[in-house]
Amino acid sequence: MPYPTDRKYTKEHEWITADGTVGITNYAQDSLGDIVFVELPKVGTEITAGKPFGTVESVKAVSDLNAPASGTVTAVNEDLATSPEKVNKDAHGAWMVKIKVKDPAELNALLSAADYEKFVSEEGGH
Amino acid sequence: MSVVATPPVVPKNVRKTALNAVHRQMGAKMVEFNGWDMPVEYPASIGCGIVAEHMAVRTGVGIFDVSHMGDIRLADREALAAVQHISMNDASRLAVGQAQYSALLYQQGTFVDDVIVHRLGEDEYLLVINAGTREKDFNWVRDNTRQFDCAVENLSDAFTQIAIQGPKGVDVLQKLTDADLSAVKFYWVTRGTLCGLKNVLMGRTGYTAEDGFEIYIPSDEETSARVWYEILEAGKEFGAIPCGLGARNTLRLEGKLPLYGHEISDTINVWEAGLDRFCKMEKPDFIGRTALEKAKAEGVKKTLVGLEMIDRGIARDDYKILDESGREIGYVTSGSPAPFLKKNIALAYVPPEHAVLGTTVKVEVRGQGVRAQVVPTPFYKRPKKA
Repeated sequence: MPYPTDRKYTKEHEWITADGTVGITNYAQDSLGDIVFVELPKVGTEITAGKPFGTVESVKAVSDLNAPASGTVTAVNEDLATSPEKVNKDAHGAWMVKIKVKDPAELNALLSAADYEKFVSEEGGH
Repeated sequence: MSVVATPPVVPKNVRKTALNAVHRQMGAKMVEFNGWDMPVEYPASIGCGIVAEHMAVRTGVGIFDVSHMGDIRLADREALAAVQHISMNDASRLAVGQAQYSALLYQQGTFVDDVIVHRLGEDEYLLVINAGTREKDFNWVRDNTRQFDCAVENLSDAFTQIAIQGPKGVDVLQKLTDADLSAVKFYWVTRGTLCGLKNVLMGRTGYTAEDGFEIYIPSDEETSARVWYEILEAGKEFGAIPCGLGARNTLRLEGKLPLYGHEISDTINVWEAGLDRFCKMEKPDFIGRTALEKAKAEGVKKTLVGLEMIDRGIARDDYKILDESGREIGYVTSGSPAPFLKKNIALAYVPPEHAVLGTTVKVEVRGQGVRAQVVPTPFYKRPKKA
């Protein structure tokens, strides 16, 4: 499936838009299976690029959410606490947190939609 | 986040069942389970996934490849005596065609494995055992029955074993066999022609806490694939879907069925695991009896309880159990969301004083104590047929 071009991607299957909205990719939700629990940080939390900032749980497993960039959390999608399945239904629309990115240049090192698509087709055979 | 992808090729030292190519062709997510490349769940695109598979078994019917399990046959003059010696339940109560849940124990009263003992003939018994303990169990059974006039055979590779589980399971299987399945009570077996194969063993057994059957067919790939697809086709009108180990685990957990290496192991005894009713101490002797007698007199130091999460969070295998003050008192043996009950549940070992129903404990989830309550088990019991 074509990945939205309005955002950048990590090899850890997170996405981030230019204005700092963060979520996980369709490939990630498909691999996880039914998502039953999403744990997100509070507004004001500092998150660090490459480090875990929350957790997403499927029936079978617990996965860390890794920060695509460093910054401060300015908003949290409270919807996901009661309806985690929204991530399965629309991973690219179900945002998780919004952050004020510390250094916008960090995003340049991330994958474009085309590069991410290539990356996942090689990785999983999904 | 990290993603576990299905290995495109089965790694060299990992075993495959005869249906492996079929699962991969259907797009199943594969995982290594106790040395076997097995389906965890089938794709959402064909209406599957752990939750859908779990619900299919609870409300209709689901089809599982359980060929990874092992089979040991004991036959000849002293087969019963041999079984009685190694198994804690009383096999002398079995009529021909009847089965029972039991366990093989070490001298110290702890578990070699749990097992279903089937009496197939006058002097013929079939033990169906766990996948991960195939070799260990066979060696154990052979070494501990040498004194009996009894042949012990490892038939694990001879069968493809398919489980057809759920309230509609009997209806699906009846379409494919000439055996009268309505005459087969729960935990009894029969033989009949199935999908053109003669004399197929079919048992009304399973690991899902639902009604259903397990069938044993020749393990060649062609026969296995043909029968698998015929079962799915026959099950279409009942909503049958293929089901993997993910749903197998959530189903057995809701029914408080033990899993070796979790609720039972070589360091846990029968009383701690709460399997008293399958252990017939009135039998004159069986391996482990003496130690169990002593352990009963001493009392248990830990006991298996069911937990339901009160606060937001999921208890998982090996998470610590804490008392109200935060002191570590036990651990989770199996924990997961329960798709049918729509709760987060767990089985755990705690000291007896914390095992009282209604007791609040804490589960340590990523460093935080999350409240859970001791609840009655099994968490789920299938409704009685009208």
